[in-house]
Amino acid sequence: MSDVQDYASSLADASSRKFETFSYLPEMDASRIRGQVEYIVSKGWNPAVEHTEPENATGSYWYMWKLPMFGESDVDAILAEVDACHAAHPNNHVRLVGFDNFSQSKGAEMVVYRGKSV
Amino acid sequence: MSSKKTYDAGVKDYRETYWEPDYTPKATDLLACFKITPQAGIPREEVAAAVAAESSTGTWTTVWTDLLTDLDYYKGRAYAIEDVPGDDTCFYAFIAYPIDLFEEGSVVNVLTSLVGNVFGFKALRALRLEDIRFPIAYVMTCNGPPQGIQVERDIMNKYGRPLLGCTIKPKLGLSAKNYGRACYEGLRGGLDFTKDDENVNSQPFMRWRHRFDFVMEAIHKAEAETGERKGHYLNVTAPTPDKMMQRAEYAKEIGAPIIMHDYLTGGLCANTGLAQWCQDNGMLLHIHRAMHAVIDRDPHHGIHFRVLVKVLRLSGGDHLHTGTVVGKLEGDREATLGWIDLLRESYIKEDRSRGIFFDQDWGSMPGVFAVASGGIHVWHMPALVSIFGDDSVLQFGGGTLGHPWGNAAGASANRVALEACVEARNRGRELEKEGKDILTQAAKSSPELAAAMETWKEIKFEFDTVDKLDVAHK
Repeated sequence: MSDVQDYASSLADASSRKFETFSYLPEMDASRIRGQVEYIVSKGWNPAVEHTEPENATGSYWYMWKLPMFGESDVDAILAEVDACHAAHPNNHVRLVGFDNFSQSKGAEMVVYRGKSV
Repeated sequence: MSSKKTYDAGVKDYRETYWEPDYTPKATDLLACFKITPQAGIPREEVAAAVAAESSTGTWTTVWTDLLTDLDYYKGRAYAIEDVPGDDTCFYAFIAYPIDLFEEGSVVNVLTSLVGNVFGFKALRALRLEDIRFPIAYVMTCNGPPQGIQVERDIMNKYGRPLLGCTIKPKLGLSAKNYGRACYEGLRGGLDFTKDDENVNSQPFMRWRHRFDFVMEAIHKAEAETGERKGHYLNVTAPTPDKMMQRAEYAKEIGAPIIMHDYLTGGLCANTGLAQWCQDNGMLLHIHRAMHAVIDRDPHHGIHFRVLVKVLRLSGGDHLHTGTVVGKLEGDREATLGWIDLLRESYIKEDRSRGIFFDQDWGSMPGVFAVASGGIHVWHMPALVSIFGDDSVLQFGGGTLGHPWGNAAGASANRVALEACVEARNRGRELEKEGKDILTQAAKSSPELAAAMETWKEIKFEFDTVDKLDVAHK
């Protein structure tokens, strides 16, 4: 049994809390985040930024940061809004969304700034 | 011709009435392509016409009551014949059926006609239903998937990636409480869903109600622990419709998001009713396909799986098992890509290279998640993400539970591998070429993934497919 590793996860340990897509990977650095923004733009999806207090992360609705950036294809402009949201709400989870208006779904959604989970 | 006003008793050639090579199919016709292997010495046109007759209005002899109706309006017509590429023993026959032959919203009725008595017809050595074009007018009468892909993503809060599942093993013999433990471990490790195996119904070792209760406790704890939404396909397949509905109602009562049904062994009448109930009650419906290979694997006889896919989309289900291409179960890659499209897209063009014989318009009928399950493990992940794309459920049974550190570690390994592949794909990397490098990099921050890669590195399933697409070989 000494070779078997325990799976560290519990109700008591807030670091066990995840937030869906890409939350099982290490936090993304700037170049990786840029890669995902480029993907959203390449798909023709509408980028958007949302945020929430970590204790309210499980609901369907997070706070919208301004409005979705309809038709925005400038990756730097999109990244600037992500950073502005993070600067205004440094303790919150901040996620990047790509709205696909044809499937009426989110083609992409990922937390890019992680708040402190509870 | 049937328009004749006088009655002549006796047997006449089918082709006089049911072979119409000049016929132009109507937009409302239901079209079928059969692969026919005739008995020796019978002309193709006669056999094709016989199939059209026996699957629609005809019988073996003329009857006086034929003259009480307008048979020209109701009959099926064989309107084209084609060679089968690479196989001279058989040919394709295309048959058009007027829409009025079929009860609205009843795939049961459609199959009873098209694959009924005709399959035992003595003039045939073998018969296979290759494809059906359901006219949009008929599609609109069917209820279809209870929720569909877009609604399921919103209910489960999963976006931008395939969903991840696991079938609990051993298939049979666990007590309800131990079974719930196996589910809990998988879900806390990062799975979106766990799944009852198809033959888990309500046996003496684990009655359904105990299973449902313990599994719900597992879901609730895993959700609280991970902060993510979770589900388990509670199998409500039962010996009678009443018992099936009793189990479905209880699953709803305890707050389960998804239930499961075997649509072929359980039957299409039960499945269609259950799917409508799911739509009315906000439940997701996972569909398993036990018995399909009995029906679809023989290249000359039976029903092709792409037909069973269309039938399920009309009868109703939110997930359907499709094979994996890469795992332990049969499945040709191009053919699989064809029926995945038939499950998920709203309009699919005829494409013989994928075995699709007709354009198929689904209108606004929701799509169905393709489920890849059967002998897959973490090394298959790059290929699976590449083949199946986001609107799929990748389901690892032994590939989760067989992890040397247990289910939670196995689940975590698969979740990390899945996310690493999606992240790399989005950045433009080619998964099937660079898969090893992508997984190796991801394993640096996941000891669970590293251990899984070590465990399964040698296992492959490289047997040739029995049911191949028909292609020229000469």
